[in-house]
Amino acid sequence: MKIYDSGKIGLGLIFFIALVTFPFWVSIGGNKQMPELKMPDSAHECVESKEFMRTNHMRLLNQWRDSVVRENNYIYVSSTGKSYVKSLTKTCLNCHSSKEEFCERCHTYASVRPYCWSCHLESE
Amino acid sequence: MNNRRNFLKKLSAISVLGASSFSLLNKFSDNTSLAAVTSSSSEKNKVRWGMVVDMRKCKDDCELCIDACHQVHNVPDFENPKDQIKWIKKAPYPNLFPSKNHQYPSENVKSKPFLTFCNHCEHPPCVRVCPTKATFKKPDGIVEMDFHRCIGCRFCMAACPYGERSFNWRDSRSAIPNIDRSYPTRQRGVVEKCNFCSERLAKNQKPACVEVCPEKVLTFGNLNDPNSEIREILKSNQASVRKPELGAKPSVFYIL
Ligand code: SF4
Ligand code: SF4
Repeated sequence: MKIYDSGKIGLGLIFFIALVTFPFWVSIGGNKQMPELKMPDSAHECVESKEFMRTNHMRLLNQWRDSVVRENNYIYVSSTGKSYVKSLTKTCLNCHSSKEEFCERCHTYASVRPYCWSCHLESE
Repeated sequence: MNNRRNFLKKLSAISVLGASSFSLLNKFSDNTSLAAVTSSSSEKNKVRWGMVVDMRKCKDDCELCIDACHQVHNVPDFENPKDQIKWIKKAPYPNLFPSKNHQYPSENVKSKPFLTFCNHCEHPPCVRVCPTKATFKKPDGIVEMDFHRCIGCRFCMAACPYGERSFNWRDSRSAIPNIDRSYPTRQRGVVEKCNFCSERLAKNQKPACVEVCPEKVLTFGNLNDPNSEIREILKSNQASVRKPELGAKPSVFYIL
């Protein structure tokens, strides 16, 4: 079997694959620095462990929202037995006082855009 | 002839099949939705929040309750009537009670602006039509909105027989005179309405409108408690609900 213009096709293929994988190889050896978050000065523990919060804060917030809005259940009892008010602005932001220096640094790095702030307001 | 006969036979067989499968499907869906309705039906619950509006005491030109509500809930103030959002408003008697209205209305209702807000119906048509369960009935009888889920289809607005829902056509933040940062605003493209001050009830406070009214027009309370103040008022006064013929069973009662 003979492929006509195999040279051009091969070249084209290589170019195509290079283009598609561009985001991968361009970041090789690039800046992999994690975003630096501003931790609260006053509080030393979150409602749950740091590891849990890092991976599950969005699920926890969704659960909080559903139970507050739908079941009138405003109090969260953590795995260590402490009680907290289920509130993004009143509980989370009470310690993490700056969303710019905490929430958004990671969200920008991970390129996620939660829409919390199109309705909820930071206290001044 | 024979052809036509066969055709009709097949047609009837197919329609019988179709109809029976439909009723089967309906049965399934009916069962699930019924279960959902009964589990949240407020009749079986201890609390069913309700309101009595004593229109005899309400002053025509007073709007304290409206201002208070719209202040605590960050309700924007748009000039264009198309954009306006209202959790509570005043409207003429025939708008509220079209089937009660007649040619010769009495003096006390004729030109009086009537207070109106969501009725938190026992059988809310808005909840039935919402495709995302963004609006739903809570066990305490309150018909609530979950703005996170609202897709802005406005089915609920079409379904509400009382016109108590407003749609956010525009970005509201720029039109809120004094933003209350402890309560969220709403995004463009969602529907909103009175929530009986759920967030205040959670703190053991009365609804903002009830608290602010100097004339004690509004009485808020538990309709399922036979000894509550609201039930006492209903016992000793002839009260009306809006459009009772629809069977939505409002939890807001009017003394005219
Ligand atoms: S506009 Fe929102 S609340 Fe109303 S029916 Fe549609 S999704 Fe439900
Ligand atoms: S008054 Fe309208 S919005 Fe309120 S519960 Fe009844 S149908 Fe729904």
